[in-house]
Amino acid sequence: MYLDNAATTHKPRVVIDRVARYYTEENASVHRGVHSLGERATDAYEGARERVARFLNAAETREVIFVRGATEAVNLVASTYGRTHVGPDDEIVVSEMEHHSNLVPWQILCDEKGARLRIIPITDAGELRMESYEQLLNDRTRIVAVAHVSNALGTVNPVAEVVRRAHARGIPVLVDGAQAVARMPVDVQELGCDFYAFSGHKLFGPTGIGVLYGRERLLDKMPPYQGGGGMITSVAFERTEYSALPLKFEAGTPHVAGALGLAAAIEYVTDLGLDRVRAHESALLDYGTGALSGVPGLRFTGTAANKAGILAFLLDGVHPHDIGTILDRAGVAIRVGHHCCQPLMARLRVPATARASLALYNTRDEIDTLAAALFEVREMFA
Amino acid sequence: MTVDLHALYQEVVLDHNRQPRNFRAMQGGRKAEGFNRICGDRVTVHLRVEGDVIRDACFQGSGCAIVKASASLMTEHIRELTLADATALVERLRRTLSVPPGAPIDDLGALSALTGVRLFPIRIKCAVLPWEALLAALNARDEVVSTE
Repeated sequence: MYLDNAATTHKPRVVIDRVARYYTEENASVHRGVHSLGERATDAYEGARERVARFLNAAETREVIFVRGATEAVNLVASTYGRTHVGPDDEIVVSEMEHHSNLVPWQILCDEKGARLRIIPITDAGELRMESYEQLLNDRTRIVAVAHVSNALGTVNPVAEVVRRAHARGIPVLVDGAQAVARMPVDVQELGCDFYAFSGHKLFGPTGIGVLYGRERLLDKMPPYQGGGGMITSVAFERTEYSALPLKFEAGTPHVAGALGLAAAIEYVTDLGLDRVRAHESALLDYGTGALSGVPGLRFTGTAANKAGILAFLLDGVHPHDIGTILDRAGVAIRVGHHCCQPLMARLRVPATARASLALYNTRDEIDTLAAALFEVREMFA
Repeated sequence: MTVDLHALYQEVVLDHNRQPRNFRAMQGGRKAEGFNRICGDRVTVHLRVEGDVIRDACFQGSGCAIVKASASLMTEHIRELTLADATALVERLRRTLSVPPGAPIDDLGALSALTGVRLFPIRIKCAVLPWEALLAALNARDEVVSTE
């Protein structure tokens, strides 16, 4: 049984079939050539973009850029918007709970520009300290980058409020939505964020495909990310004209099969209804919290009031890696380690945690098996 | 619990994890650190060497049961060994742990409890970490080594 959905989710048949159908029936490069197969592939690819735009409620389809994943989305913004807007002594605000993917790109930028990272601290429960956040914002703040949902703690951050306070000072906000999109409805206009990043593979879609949503006004002014085919309208040795959105940011032949698979995955979750998915996960989280609380010496890391389906925990006297090995032999896959959040682990003063992360297909029976296996761990290490 | 798990988490291992021996600091002497960045496991090995004999060995750090038990068993085992014998022991342990499960292995005596990791190849690096640190300390290299 699989309780490592924050790392990656399993793929429904419709997604696998969609990817296979592209390769068997529609395989062609997009936005090139005049043959009808290429036209079909282009239509399907652009249809996938429209599907993503509706999914996020983006104002314009061209605000959806296909990338490799959330990591590339953040890197894109850091190395285009960041490169042109951040200078010496400027500041970038991130939080203490960020995944390395929403931290390291900003560090690289800061190093290059002589800018500074400012860190929003968290409470012991794993919630952003909003009063500290407010104090971090100043005239030198160039961008705020925060997770929608913490992969290591499960905290659902009040991103609309984060955005409101940044916008009051004219500061744009990037939201890392990698853990959010499979767990709750996301409306980028309602959140008000300027950039929203997510990966397909954590949303029941293929690996190697992800999305950067960006506000058109900002994307338009940003320099290209990578140069190459597809992102230009005319090239001469003296001067090159770039394509309009969204192609300006999609150099090279894109991951067409991935985009189609992602659109199929989005269709799959929206057919089920993300409100229902959220309700299911929330009920399972409550059930799991209760079941695991009964394990002697178990302590949760991440007890925010608003939490998604992530149960991170420590067991007194048992290292997370030993928990992971024993659970694996009991047929339960969880993640143990630092969860790509080493600064957060340092804040929690632990080298690692164990994490069971839920998805729409998990059941109470599986939670029971997890709890039973944890009782066995307890017994073994008693 | 499966047979495999009992081979990995033998009573001896669980006991040394629960109550690690020689888990303390040492002033002076030789030392070296084993640190696996990805896991976060970290163990510092201290040695007091007189002539070419290890008179005292202890360790500090944090890690999984395998790292702790391995370090604990090691510090018990190497006391009064010559530097050359200790070096040879590290090599023998390395070699034994790399033998595939099922194939015959040397009898390592009290250290045999560590051989269960052969059934869990990704945990071999845990068992070996303190020993690699020991090797660095034996060579008076106060450095950080990794087994990842």
